[in-house]
Amino acid sequence: MDIWGFIISKFNYWVYITLMMVGLYAMIAKKNLMKKLIGMNIFQTAIILYFISIGAKRNATIPIVKHANDHGYAISNAIQYVNPLPHVLMLTAIVVCVSTTGVALALLIMIYREYKTIEEDEILELRK
Amino acid sequence: MMHQAPILVVFIPLMTAFLTPIIGAWRKNLCYPLTIAATLLSFISSIGILIAVIKNGTIHYRLGDWEPPWGIEYAVDYFSGYILVIIAFICFMTTVYAGKGIKKEVGEERAVTFTTIYMLLVVGLLGVVITGDVFNLYVFLEIQSLSAYVLVAVGPRRDALVASFNYLILGTIGATFYLLGIGYLYIITGTLNMADLAARLPMLYHTKVALTAFALFTIGLSIKFALFPLHTWLLGAHSEAPSVVSAILAGAVLKVNVYALLRIMFTVFQAEFILKVIPVTKIFLVLAVTAIIVGSVLTVAQTNIKRMLALSSVGQMGYIVLGVALANRTAMTGSLLHILNHSLMKSALFLIAGRVSYRIGSYDLDAWKGLGRKMPFSMAAFTIAGLSMIGVPLTVGFVSKWYLAIGALEAGMWFIVPVIILSSLLAAVYFWRVIEGIYFPEKSGASSQNPEVSNSSLKDDTPISMLIPIFILAGLCILFGIAAFIPVSVAEKAANMLLGGM
Repeated sequence: MDIWGFIISKFNYWVYITLMMVGLYAMIAKKNLMKKLIGMNIFQTAIILYFISIGAKRNATIPIVKHANDHGYAISNAIQYVNPLPHVLMLTAIVVCVSTTGVALALLIMIYREYKTIEEDEILELRK
Repeated sequence: MMHQAPILVVFIPLMTAFLTPIIGAWRKNLCYPLTIAATLLSFISSIGILIAVIKNGTIHYRLGDWEPPWGIEYAVDYFSGYILVIIAFICFMTTVYAGKGIKKEVGEERAVTFTTIYMLLVVGLLGVVITGDVFNLYVFLEIQSLSAYVLVAVGPRRDALVASFNYLILGTIGATFYLLGIGYLYIITGTLNMADLAARLPMLYHTKVALTAFALFTIGLSIKFALFPLHTWLLGAHSEAPSVVSAILAGAVLKVNVYALLRIMFTVFQAEFILKVIPVTKIFLVLAVTAIIVGSVLTVAQTNIKRMLALSSVGQMGYIVLGVALANRTAMTGSLLHILNHSLMKSALFLIAGRVSYRIGSYDLDAWKGLGRKMPFSMAAFTIAGLSMIGVPLTVGFVSKWYLAIGALEAGMWFIVPVIILSSLLAAVYFWRVIEGIYFPEKSGASSQNPEVSNSSLKDDTPISMLIPIFILAGLCILFGIAAFIPVSVAEKAANMLLGGM
């Protein structure tokens, strides 16, 4: 397989890794605490994207038992339906993500009230 | 009733967390007995579970009666039973202390909110230990971490906010790495149940996906329990939090994250993978030795008691990882014992620090001079716990260090022994400084210049409910040091189980 085929066939992974690195970079390099928080959100979203993409499938159906007009059941084959589990896991992960962001924003408000700034270097200056 | 105990351990604190704000709105003073009752019940159930495990072997509990690979399973074996009792006990002790202990640091008006979040922290801690499902573990891990961030932020000084924010950012990176690890394992195995993963993974040990997942789990959880180069959040979070929160952070939260890592390393992946497929034990060995030395050296430089106690956790976590890295039965036993010992000692020390600061309002080394006569009971307990941290014989600290040293010799790594001795000497330096100041202040010492101390020395107004947990914890430091066979018997079985057929 040539290099382009390798990249394109796994493009969802490349996208998630790029996003994850963007988030990680922002958390490490940015001095502004708000930007750090945004980086953290991008980082978490990248993981959500990863999980969703591994559960995605074209032209697939939902995993439920079909009733065929009182003629018994027709259970769809595993090949025909989308595995819902990664998506369901992400519902929980989104809840976690939202609550973490909520706590972090509340902290930022309180930090701003106490220090009158959310720049990390200025806060370090004030703590001396 | 007994077969429902695994769910009760988590369910009781969870319900209490919901009830606390409701009851708190009606009668504020009912919250404290309620939380004590809840944590006591949890503790009793956890003991019941451990006894049942010792009698009948591993307990499996199906949530909602769904068969394990589909539903969530709670599984308790020797290892989780042992940790569960420790965590439930530390939670119980700190809850008893918290009733009065948070008055000055948190404030009366925030007490109900504090208690609610505190109970959620307990839910998260116990849940991580008891669950047998990797994703459920993630959820409990986040419940526990989120409540920990909030509890750090209510610390008395404004620096607590920044410390909490740093903790939140790093903790979230850790948890997200863990979540990504779950994703990788799910891709190749299609299951989230630990026992099921353990059955399906051995044939996939050499795939890159399994290796990546393992790396993500290890790094993610190492951030959470502050393994040496990833410990930067620890100093701020543990020293700025209210003392009772520091006690539970050092005594239970760190331990639960170590537990999660060991669970992943030895149950999901097995000892064979750890020892033969990748050199993780060698990496851990280097990190653990560095953590022990650097942690101790950093600690010696501190003049604030609370910062000193917080930093010494870095070295102590190094000991726990050291036993895992040596990966033989004796060292592993030492490691598991050190989880218990460090929980007892560090919680006791933080609680005492909190009690002293309740009285004299300072964590400064100078302000503590001459306290031996003013607060004899607290200071006796501090001395016991301090000696135990150093590792003096007849205290628990000695037992685990002894097992670790013997384990190192068995593994043929004699150079570990001088490291343990050096670190113990450094611990002696930093604790002796405090103990000497407490009992033998110089004549022109700081205590006479410190008006706060001399004024408050007239009457001891600290509540008795703050002293009881300190006594029990310090007493156990001695009891388990003398009757070491009680924890050793369980820890040995747990270590055997973790190392499997090795």
